[in-house]
Amino acid sequence: MKKKRIGGLALSLVLAAGTLLGGCGQGQKAGEKKDNFTVAMVTDVGGIDDKSFNQSAWEGLQKFGEENGMKKGKDGYDYLQSQSDADYSTNLNKLARSNFDLIYGIGFLMTDAITKIAEQKPKQKFAIVDSVVDKPNVASITFKEHEGSFLVGVVAGLTTKTNKIGFVGGMEIPLIEKFESGFRAGVKAVNPKATVEVQYAGAFDQADKGKAIASSMYASGIDVIYHAAGATGNGVFSEAKDLKTKDPNRELWVIGVDKDQAPEGEVKVGDKTYNVTLTSMVKRVDVAVYDVAKKTKEGQFPGGKVLEYGLPENGVGIAPTQDNIKPDILKVVDEWKQKIINGEVKVPTTRDEYKQFEANLK
Amino acid sequence: MSSNRVTNFLVPVFAVLLGMIAGSIVMLVSGYDPIAGYSALVYGAFGDSYYIGETIRQATPYILAGLAVAFAFRTGLFNIGVEGQLIVGWLAAVWVGVSFDLPKIIHLPLAILAAAAAGALWAFIPGFLKARFKVHEVIITIMMNYIALHVSNAVIRSVLSDKGFKSAKVHASASLQSEFLQSITDYSTLHYGIIVALIGAVVMWFLLEKTTKGYELRAVGFNQHASQYAGMNVPRNIILAMVISGAFAGVAGAMEGLGTFGNISVKAGFTGVGFDGIAVALLGSNNAFGIILSAFLFGALKVGALEMPSSADVPTELVDIVIALIIFFVASSYLIRLLLSRFQKEGK
Repeated sequence: MKKKRIGGLALSLVLAAGTLLGGCGQGQKAGEKKDNFTVAMVTDVGGIDDKSFNQSAWEGLQKFGEENGMKKGKDGYDYLQSQSDADYSTNLNKLARSNFDLIYGIGFLMTDAITKIAEQKPKQKFAIVDSVVDKPNVASITFKEHEGSFLVGVVAGLTTKTNKIGFVGGMEIPLIEKFESGFRAGVKAVNPKATVEVQYAGAFDQADKGKAIASSMYASGIDVIYHAAGATGNGVFSEAKDLKTKDPNRELWVIGVDKDQAPEGEVKVGDKTYNVTLTSMVKRVDVAVYDVAKKTKEGQFPGGKVLEYGLPENGVGIAPTQDNIKPDILKVVDEWKQKIINGEVKVPTTRDEYKQFEANLK
Repeated sequence: MSSNRVTNFLVPVFAVLLGMIAGSIVMLVSGYDPIAGYSALVYGAFGDSYYIGETIRQATPYILAGLAVAFAFRTGLFNIGVEGQLIVGWLAAVWVGVSFDLPKIIHLPLAILAAAAAGALWAFIPGFLKARFKVHEVIITIMMNYIALHVSNAVIRSVLSDKGFKSAKVHASASLQSEFLQSITDYSTLHYGIIVALIGAVVMWFLLEKTTKGYELRAVGFNQHASQYAGMNVPRNIILAMVISGAFAGVAGAMEGLGTFGNISVKAGFTGVGFDGIAVALLGSNNAFGIILSAFLFGALKVGALEMPSSADVPTELVDIVIALIIFFVASSYLIRLLLSRFQKEGK
């Protein structure tokens, strides 16, 4: 009896789905030929509106698409958003099956997925941002985040009044360690008395955790926080703005990351508008994404190569919005920037290198 | 009896249909084409061999998570901790997978058993607290989820890797991945885990329906006091039920660790599989066979939804809403059924 019932249930489920959906045919023709260049990207769980890393990549792709008269969609430029790490492979596969000429995996977390699919589809061109995949059909895009972080570290070290500075990281992975180490080195280089408190939220997409950490940091007397935490960092901004609303005279700052985050820091108290964004460490993912797409379109796909975007290439640096930084601080920043470009200063990329750096300062 | 049969058969179907209708209203109101949306969903789940492979792969942990929730349910317990038990199972499976070199015939079962044992241990704690001190299992299992998440992250960082964010890949002798299955599904991530999941369903059915112990467990679920009066050891049965439930959840984690991913990486949040398992179990009426069907439905929704933004231009957020609506109606089907059965009892 029971089995019959369940069998009937299964059958009716299938039938119901069939009648409802069967009629609508599918227009996807895999393997269809096309002449125009197409490009797409897969975001990590942050999504294209994370006001940070993924958004920057998508802006680069949009710029490339608009300049070349492409349309958003399967015949032009497109993106797929991942809801969990199980989606990376599926999304990359989906794009490869739609015959995009170049497919970006945005983010360190996609390393395994790109490695695997690059083996499976050796003719498909891929690019990965923030990681190195040693395959002839993958272009690896990396940034010298430690150099940019060093410069904002200099700004933080010279701006702080309490000599207490905070760093909020997303996940504790080697990539974010580069931000942390460069930043701490920058602070120490100009202000040996200042201490940097480091905390990791454990996620790139949880603004509530960012807010909680920022709240305890500001309460402990920290007056400048640098976040390298993607969308989690939005919580740092909202906490700083809340505190600024309560007490507009209190001096507290956030240093943004990846994009120029000045718009995130704007807060209106009464008639006056304040901005809690001191500056931002921009990582021009958009420049790199645009650059690689352009090269690929011109037939110069940098497959198998590791492209490093640093200070000289304008791949990293201080955001153009610098209204809150005092002019004499900017001068110091420029001096350090030249020293890094000339190779006089080697910015640490790991905690061990940072310890070395700190020991050499003394 | 016959009206009961009709109800059982119609309610889930209507629930899914209602969910889809509500979803299409949302899509229409927001200015998107529901027909294009749903055809993208179906194409993305069953459109060709690749998508079918992905759907089966996604259904695999759902089956086991559903079994875990259902097993506890049938014995009167609400195991919200499937998510945490799944994570520790995943961790244990990968741990065994990377640290031993054994012939496949020993290594693979050992890794799966380790996952089951880890899940069982994680569920033993709330089971014991419930049996001994009457602490409600819902609270303990929820808290155990967080402990599982952060403990496993710490273990991955300090033991399974050198301060990295992921473990090494499990050895081939412990892997469920199959080049054969991948090649017939055009390089999907399909793996042999589906066989394990189906065996799990048979085991659950056999345990509950065909053994004396299963009868005892169900009896405790129906009425603790009556069972005690009949001479059954209620606390021991509660612990046993949680342990078996946790073992199923642990094996679900092994499917991810030995099959889909082949390793474990630091997690920013929950996988969601354990929580979806609650809905899978409800839709499947806590019945082993029903769970297989509902796990496939959930797998198809999850995998098919990824196609909606790219070929039907439905934004990801809206896709989430549509899927949630379907799940909502599916979950409320349980309520509908509950109400109907009350109604019928009173009528008699």
